[in-house]
Amino acid sequence: MVPLPFYLTFGALLFIIGVIGVLTRRNVVIVLMSIELILNAVNLTLISFSHYLQDLRGQVFTLFIIAVAASEAAVGLALMISLYRGKATFNLDEVNLLKW
Amino acid sequence: MKVLVWLIPLVPALAVLLNGLLGQRLLRDRAHILGVGSVGISLLLALIVIIRIIADPSHPIHAKWFTWVFAGSFEADMALLVDPLSAIMLFVVCGVGFLVHVYSIGYMHGDPGYPRFFTYLNLFMASMLILVLADNYLLMFVGWEGVGLCSYLLIGFWYDRQSASDAGKKAFIVNRVGDMGFILGIFLIFWSTGSLSYEEVFDKANHGAISLGVATAITLLLFVGAMGKSAQVPLYVWLPDAMEGPTPVSALIHAATMVTAGVYMVVRSQALFELAPLSMHVVAGVGAFTAIFAASIGLVQNDIKRVLAYSTVSQLGYMFLACGVGAFASGLFHVMTHAFFKGLLFLGAGSVIHAMHNEQDMQRMGGLHKYIPGTFWTMSCATVAIAGLPPFAGFWSKDEILTSAIKSGGLSTLWWLMGICAAFMTSFYMFRLLFMTFYGNERFDTHHVHPHESPATMLTPLKILAVLSIIGGIVVGLPPENGLFHRFLAHAFHHGGEHHAHVFHFWPDFFLMILSTLVAFAGFVTAYHLYLENPQRPQRLGDKISAAWQELRSVLLSAWHTPVPTAGFYTTRAQQLAERFAFPYRWLLNKYYVDEFYDAFIVRPIMWAMNALWSFDGRVVDGIVNGCGAFTRLYANWSGLVDRLVVDGSVNGVAVLVRSGSQVFRLVQTGIVQNYLLVMALGVFVFATVYLIFV
Repeated sequence: MVPLPFYLTFGALLFIIGVIGVLTRRNVVIVLMSIELILNAVNLTLISFSHYLQDLRGQVFTLFIIAVAASEAAVGLALMISLYRGKATFNLDEVNLLKW
Repeated sequence: MKVLVWLIPLVPALAVLLNGLLGQRLLRDRAHILGVGSVGISLLLALIVIIRIIADPSHPIHAKWFTWVFAGSFEADMALLVDPLSAIMLFVVCGVGFLVHVYSIGYMHGDPGYPRFFTYLNLFMASMLILVLADNYLLMFVGWEGVGLCSYLLIGFWYDRQSASDAGKKAFIVNRVGDMGFILGIFLIFWSTGSLSYEEVFDKANHGAISLGVATAITLLLFVGAMGKSAQVPLYVWLPDAMEGPTPVSALIHAATMVTAGVYMVVRSQALFELAPLSMHVVAGVGAFTAIFAASIGLVQNDIKRVLAYSTVSQLGYMFLACGVGAFASGLFHVMTHAFFKGLLFLGAGSVIHAMHNEQDMQRMGGLHKYIPGTFWTMSCATVAIAGLPPFAGFWSKDEILTSAIKSGGLSTLWWLMGICAAFMTSFYMFRLLFMTFYGNERFDTHHVHPHESPATMLTPLKILAVLSIIGGIVVGLPPENGLFHRFLAHAFHHGGEHHAHVFHFWPDFFLMILSTLVAFAGFVTAYHLYLENPQRPQRLGDKISAAWQELRSVLLSAWHTPVPTAGFYTTRAQQLAERFAFPYRWLLNKYYVDEFYDAFIVRPIMWAMNALWSFDGRVVDGIVNGCGAFTRLYANWSGLVDRLVVDGSVNGVAVLVRSGSQVFRLVQTGIVQNYLLVMALGVFVFATVYLIFV
């Protein structure tokens, strides 16, 4: 039986990797993937606590997050394609239309 | 009948509108159709009304149209009144007015202002008719001012002549002085009786509602008005200058009708004047003095119209003398006869001037009876009439006045003496005028000036007036003071019941008649002797008087031997006489220097005061106003400076601050998503850290 802190530490590591990915990578695809990583890190943490506390509400919450993540991925990919059509790039540094 | 009465002044008024609006454009040389036609209609209507009054003189016609002014207890009606008094004036105004209008067709023919002339003349007729027909003092004042305006307009008819426009102004301003007295008198009448209608005022006067002092004040003020309008000393100065106007105007306005308005007003206010003995003495005294004063000026004038002007002033003096001694009817009788013969004299003078191509100086005339016999004969009639030789019109009225004066006794005897002297002078200067103009040698250039008789439109009025001048007195004035005229007029007077009819006595009436005839004849003889005596017409009688006169003259008055600058045209006894009596001659020739006196003591001080006030206005009043303006402007400049620097400065300062701040802070908006995310993440980290450490 693996104790709870292991799961939590793993979740936290995944989360930090995701955040660093979002902040540092220039490619939109990888940024989206990093967001998925963040969401999954949270999912892992929720399930760990659900199991630890013997409370199924955490797992239900996770199922919702997966559904939201699927929709988010769909919208994100659509935006990505639209971006590419408009500017012919995936580089986020070049997408600065709201600059002062 | 009421409508007819109202139509009398309204028809000429309508013609004024039509002629004034359309005359210059449509009618031009046909303007007399309207002008003369309207006055003709008025004359016909007036005759109908007059016949009605003659038929029943004790019931005057009251023609009320509407209530004109209505304020509190004060009420003035737009109402006309025809009683025997106004009927006589109506006859004179319409009759002489119509003849003068007809005469003007010929006299004014070809003048560029032909329609304007008839417009003014009709306006005058309308105003004058309102004046004589009015039922109350207020409406009378309307007519009074109207005729004053027309007088001004017509004196200055040839307004491009400086002298004419000056004379118009002079007449207007001098009349203002009189009008002020008149209107103050009207105020006082209203104050003391609460009404202005003749009937009520005279009724109250007869029943003692007006005290002696108030009655004296009222009548003196009214008389000041009459003095202005009727040219009495000292307000007479405008009338001789008024001769600058066209001659028909002089005949109608300044001899026959308008100038007698003052006499009419005094006669109309008889009930008031009889309450105030002092005013009566003033009226008689001023009248008598004016009669002799103006007559003496008339003795030596050389301008034909000027002689007639002074004669008019003098005759108006007679009329006031009559009113002043209580013979109001005789005064009005003289108004009527004077209108006939003086109108005729002026029209005749106009005919002479017309014949002589605008020459007015009698020294350049002479011998005209051969050239213009029609004018000569009619003017002779008028001259005899004004001189007072029986049985011509002037004799009857003038004799009545003098008889009334001497009968009044007391101070009036002095007035009588002055009147009889003036009668002598009148006779003298009128025959002098006749002889200088029509007899003797031609003193004009016969090669270049060819006097011609005037057209029929001018001669016919002369003839009609000549007939009136001959018979106008004897028909209605005999026997003296109890003739048709007086019995007719007696119905108009508001006597308190008693009517003192004068009975003709052999003494003194008949004696006085003979005396005044002799005086008039003496004037004729003197003029004959002094002006007609020349080699062609030797006169034994003239010679005798001349010799006696010369002796008397040289004995009495050898003191004044200074020569007079002479015109040098012709030498007669009159000329020699003038050289002998150089000092009085100069005084008379210069009209007693009254104009100069007024100029020095009234006109100049007023002008000086006006200049002083003007410079005070220019420097002090304008200075204060301009100073206020300059101060306001300076203050406004400062205020503007504060506004620009402080108020605008702070507003702009805030804006500048905001803009420069935003210049810095907008750099935060990089547009790069990851920068925003970084800030967010850092924020979460910071808050989480704070939370973990401090909570």
